[in-house]
Amino acid sequence: MGWLGPEEWAAVALSLKVAFWAVAASLPLGIVTAYALARWSFPGKQILNGLVHLPLILPPVVTGYLLLLTLGPQAPLGGALESMGIVFAFRWTGAALAAGVMAFPLMVRAIRLSVEAVDPKLEEASATLGAPPLAVFATVTLPLILPGILAGAILAFAKAMGEFGATITFVSNIPGQTRTLPSAIYAFLQVPGGEAAALRLVAVSVGVAMGALLLSELLGRWIARRVAGA
Amino acid sequence: MSLSVRLSHAFPGFGLDIAFDAPPGVTVLFGRSGSGKSTVVRAVAGLMRPAAGRIALEDRVLFDSGARIMLPPHRRRLGVVFQDARLFPHLSVAQNLRYGARFAPQGGRDDTARVVEMLGIGPLLSRRPGALSGGERSRVAIGRALLSRPEMILADEPLAALDAARKAEILPYFERLRDEAGVPILYVSHAAEEVARLATTVVVLEAGRTVRQGPALEVLGDPGVAPTGVRAVGAVLEAVVRAHHPDGLSELDAGGVALHLPRVAQKPGQRLRLRIAAQEVMLATAEPRDISALNVLPGRVEAVLPGQGPGAIVTVETPAGKLLARVTRRSAGALGLAPGRPVWAVVKSVSIAPEDVGAPS
Repeated sequence: MGWLGPEEWAAVALSLKVAFWAVAASLPLGIVTAYALARWSFPGKQILNGLVHLPLILPPVVTGYLLLLTLGPQAPLGGALESMGIVFAFRWTGAALAAGVMAFPLMVRAIRLSVEAVDPKLEEASATLGAPPLAVFATVTLPLILPGILAGAILAFAKAMGEFGATITFVSNIPGQTRTLPSAIYAFLQVPGGEAAALRLVAVSVGVAMGALLLSELLGRWIARRVAGA
Repeated sequence: MSLSVRLSHAFPGFGLDIAFDAPPGVTVLFGRSGSGKSTVVRAVAGLMRPAAGRIALEDRVLFDSGARIMLPPHRRRLGVVFQDARLFPHLSVAQNLRYGARFAPQGGRDDTARVVEMLGIGPLLSRRPGALSGGERSRVAIGRALLSRPEMILADEPLAALDAARKAEILPYFERLRDEAGVPILYVSHAAEEVARLATTVVVLEAGRTVRQGPALEVLGDPGVAPTGVRAVGAVLEAVVRAHHPDGLSELDAGGVALHLPRVAQKPGQRLRLRIAAQEVMLATAEPRDISALNVLPGRVEAVLPGQGPGAIVTVETPAGKLLARVTRRSAGALGLAPGRPVWAVVKSVSIAPEDVGAPS
């Protein structure tokens, strides 16, 4: 990457890595949560719904601080995880966690909508043909909600790429470690003569966002054609 | 293989209290919309849990509220054909059919080729459900249910969403299913002609209760059974095709009496079943001469059942079997129709519609 300096390139690569893992790690949980919210009724459903949406409404700094309070080195949970070799605070994994938490509501909303659009009668038909519940999900529900999963994942990816407030609060802004694209832009803007580097990173941000949008549009159309069954 | 169903359930404003047995062959649950037919199918399939009752397929208990048994749908081994077909939109026809076979018990031969041939869906295999007509969708749904190798087929008004032409296209497949596949069928319908053509046994539902059940010819010949209105009353006869005449008529033999009707599909020598609607039958107390109607059957009045309106249903015992005639009460009085009176039943050939003629069970 000729036109990006090594420091800038590091930020872009880190952001891509953070966003990828944020989405990959939260997707299974996102699918289960969306399915549960769409199809099951259980005590505490509204509380779960509220919890999922909380990061969307809370100031990101608050979310980041809450993460620091629960998973920081001084917190009991964070300490316990640290003794098992899992460390989040001030590491790129923490950046991924913060990005994943912030993107989670967007992901769940998109998937939930697509689950609600699946006709439960098809799942009934599958069961009468002898499919056990997990097989019904894997062979009927999952293929039919694929467009929603894809939309949710791409939306979450874009959100994770741009996450700033919770990330910087939870894992700070350490070059090469937790300095993601938005943190890098912020850092460059703080030093005299950093505008050029900041602008280059802005261009990358715009490019990635547009690329993700385009990709989701294309994949979405392709899947919709497959699922529509014409 | 016979199914026994006892169930009761309370819905807001509607109670269900059902008891019937479905012996081998086709058992038709007959009743108007809202009589509880579809709920019975859902309960048998395991898609709803009745408040109380017992459902057993031979000695295999599917549901027993007393013993707290509720087999989930996927372990009941019943093939359900839904009114709206419910094909999986993301799978091709071939994949939908394979889906039926996928969870079927291991072993046994692969019936796919035979089922595809029987239902005539070979040319559709590579298509998507979205590109099929209503009738084609129904046939694929039947095939998918059959290939799950069920111990019984449940068909919930599979023809109700189709127009008359499509119905005429699908009905023969159910007849073949009954005669060739040897799988017992529980068939829900509110259409008298479907009942007349398919049923071995008829169970009549009214407002959530079983009001009548028994062999098809017997129940359908009972003038008191009119769950879908007096216009649907009709007797069902069995006959053998004697000859096809060049003028477009077919001659049948029904208990020694010749019947003429518009050309039927069956070949000479084959048996068939026909339904004669009560309102297409005229009665005379002297043998009619010089009339255009070709079918005049001698008989004797067995019963006269006055209706609530101006009509009455007269049961006439003829050599061909029991016939029902819908006449006005005024005529019944003027002709002195009473049990034992000799009469002639007059049926116009053209009044027997093709959808009322089918293979016997």
